[in-house]
Amino acid sequence: MSALASRQRYLPALVTGCLFAAMFVAGGIRYEGFASGQVILNVFVDNAFLLVVAVGMTFVILTGGIDLSVGSVVALSTMIAATLMSGPGWPPYVVIPLVLLIGSGLGLVMGYIIHAFDIQPFIVTLAGMFLARGLCYTIGTESVPIEDATFTAFAQTRIDLFAEMWISPSVIIAAVVVAVAAYVLHYTRLGRAVYATGGSEQSALLMGLPVGRTKIAVYTISGFCSALGGVLLSFYMLSGYGLHAVGMELDAIAAVVIGGTLLTGGSGLLLGTVLGVLVLGLIQTIISFEGTLSSWWTKIFIGLLLFVFIVLQRLFSSRSSR
Amino acid sequence: MKKERDVVMAVPEPILRMTGIGKQFPGVKALDGVDFRLLPGEVHALMGENGAGKSTLIKVLTGVHPVDTGTIDLDGVPVAFTGPLEAQRAGISTVYQEVNLCTNLSVAENIFIGREPRKRGRIDWKRMRARAAELLARLDLDLDVSAPLEAYSLAVRQMVAIARAVDIEARVLILDEPTSSLDAGEVAQLFKVMRTLKGEGIAILFVSHFLDQIYEIADRMTILRNGRRVGEYLVSELSQVELVGKMIGQELKELERLHGEAKRFDAPLVEARELGRPGAIEPFTLTIHEGEVVGLAGLLGSGRTEVARLLFGADHAGGGEIAVGGTPAALRTPRAAMGHGIAFCSEDRKADGLVPDLTVRENIILALQATRGWTRPVPREQQDALVGKYIKALKISPPHPEHLVRNLSGGNQQKVLLARWLILEPRLLILDEPTRGIDVGAKAEIQRLVVELSDGGMAVLFISAELEEVLRLSHKVGVLRDRRLVAQLPNDEELTTEVLMETIASGGRP
Repeated sequence: MSALASRQRYLPALVTGCLFAAMFVAGGIRYEGFASGQVILNVFVDNAFLLVVAVGMTFVILTGGIDLSVGSVVALSTMIAATLMSGPGWPPYVVIPLVLLIGSGLGLVMGYIIHAFDIQPFIVTLAGMFLARGLCYTIGTESVPIEDATFTAFAQTRIDLFAEMWISPSVIIAAVVVAVAAYVLHYTRLGRAVYATGGSEQSALLMGLPVGRTKIAVYTISGFCSALGGVLLSFYMLSGYGLHAVGMELDAIAAVVIGGTLLTGGSGLLLGTVLGVLVLGLIQTIISFEGTLSSWWTKIFIGLLLFVFIVLQRLFSSRSSR
Repeated sequence: MKKERDVVMAVPEPILRMTGIGKQFPGVKALDGVDFRLLPGEVHALMGENGAGKSTLIKVLTGVHPVDTGTIDLDGVPVAFTGPLEAQRAGISTVYQEVNLCTNLSVAENIFIGREPRKRGRIDWKRMRARAAELLARLDLDLDVSAPLEAYSLAVRQMVAIARAVDIEARVLILDEPTSSLDAGEVAQLFKVMRTLKGEGIAILFVSHFLDQIYEIADRMTILRNGRRVGEYLVSELSQVELVGKMIGQELKELERLHGEAKRFDAPLVEARELGRPGAIEPFTLTIHEGEVVGLAGLLGSGRTEVARLLFGADHAGGGEIAVGGTPAALRTPRAAMGHGIAFCSEDRKADGLVPDLTVRENIILALQATRGWTRPVPREQQDALVGKYIKALKISPPHPEHLVRNLSGGNQQKVLLARWLILEPRLLILDEPTRGIDVGAKAEIQRLVVELSDGGMAVLFISAELEEVLRLSHKVGVLRDRRLVAQLPNDEELTTEVLMETIASGGRP
């Protein structure tokens, strides 16, 4: 019973893991120079910001909610960071905490509205999405380059690992975020309340869990992760721009779903989200190795994968409810 | 010392005392000067018809509603809870019929969530599992505490809910209709747990519609009628007939077999041949005649509902065929079935049937409107006439067509659902557990109605977990077991509940 139960819990993430492995092997056979550690590390380097955003999204989706504002908050964060550093010339160690604070604050406000007025998260975060994207353009319509010396130096740092492999500091930040989030979800009351709320909000309330606080917390976490994702994206792009991260909320949702988290909430693992982001990243890598395919094929593959995974989820949940 | 204990034994101080409780809702006096007391280590049944005030009393006690008049004392101290949580903290835990747990979490978590044992700030999973296993062992349950709750049956979930309640150091445990969806074995298990808790001095308030269960487990009972207390009795001193009389306020005529002499049926209405659906119900052959009541008996999950759903086109058949009135018919959707005069009153009146936020009239008219199509609304006058007729015929109370259905009691909701289908004047009426969770009086009315309908020529497929009821109403009884129709027995003198139970147990094999 126990083995079966835990197998069921890990099954979706396991499927995603197998998919990732299969794609990697297939790529290795098809393309020269594909089967190297650096290819996987590059997936992390190129998607560190998405990983961080998807971690926040995992919290939200686990409660059965959704956060559509993340892409816009990422863009707003890059914009604020770039403008404050290039205009008044504020130092990064002031700007970055400020950006994180703004992102968390936006999340907090959205979470509060969702809880206090009992409004669908979809609508509230849709409003947040327009608001944040609009704010970007009130700051500036052009791309703002980041030239702060400390910032660019940090962004361009390569951390060498063994055998000529390297990662960027962003990867380490993302890894820390993942580790902390996994700990919170599994070992703290907040984390368990997140699962309980997603399982049945009514029951969670009657069991005496702080459902309202939990809901506000997950949107705050998602806001924080989006802002941090924005900071990582500005490391990657070295610019702030209102058109950064357009549609990233959908990438994040896709990664979470492909990672096996149920959109209805209550079931899913952070490990799955990591694998989901890796799968998305690997699709991009394969398409760039292919060379002749346009990058829009990425979207087509992600679309197909989503279909498959949602149908799989449906099959799993209908079987377990039997 | 010894003497003192003797005194305590003789006159146990009640843990809980409610005095002169009054509660007024708009238009209804739900409770009127009700006294109630609960002694430690007893199972106290709260009895009454639907609408007698049982739920209101429980809600007032647990702080869901504030009291208008009267006092509640817990251990001699006056209390006024603002909600179930506060009541829980004070030691009054409630386990509802619909178990309020998170099925996606593990058994252990469901017991401890919100109060998890922690070690240096992090949840100590190992200790939590160990303590959960220990607690469940105390209740004589052997579960895998790390398995998700959804892996277990409703009965087990209920026990887990009780385990959670007990661990919050409950001194008063309220069990509101815990047995409605349990089978006999599960009820026995629940009762074993209740006896254990009783032995530990916990006072249990038990609400159930099954009189036999009350007589099996309860020590004492308080009877309510129309918001007033009829009295408090020792279970051993009140016979079932007296009890029912006190509940409905009049002597109940023995409900014998309601049908007179055996009728002859020669006009087959619905014939199912080798109809089946893989995984749901094995192929079965069943003929229902005009004016015939066919009962379906079997345990929960034996495939009773599945038979009904196939006949109504709610599920796709995997094979076989159906003929209605002698001609083959393809019942692929409920709409098609309705077109052939088949109506289905579902088991779960909340989820599948009624719209709680619409009025009685709107709910009743829904199916009729659906058959006409939405572009041709039923004229208001006709609506009022029809609805008025059925409110009167079924004695729906309050007899007001513009009441919201959510404010009606369970029995009356069931009648509204029935009215909805009767308005269509179906040729075959499928009733899935129409009397579950409703009181004796309403039950008798629904049973009488079934007889009247069949005398008027309507065929009825009657599904119920209560064998007596099936036996009383049916001309023919189909017995299901393990998703198979194992026997079809004509209802003659030789058919008794014992025979039915044996058939269910043996699977129809001699």
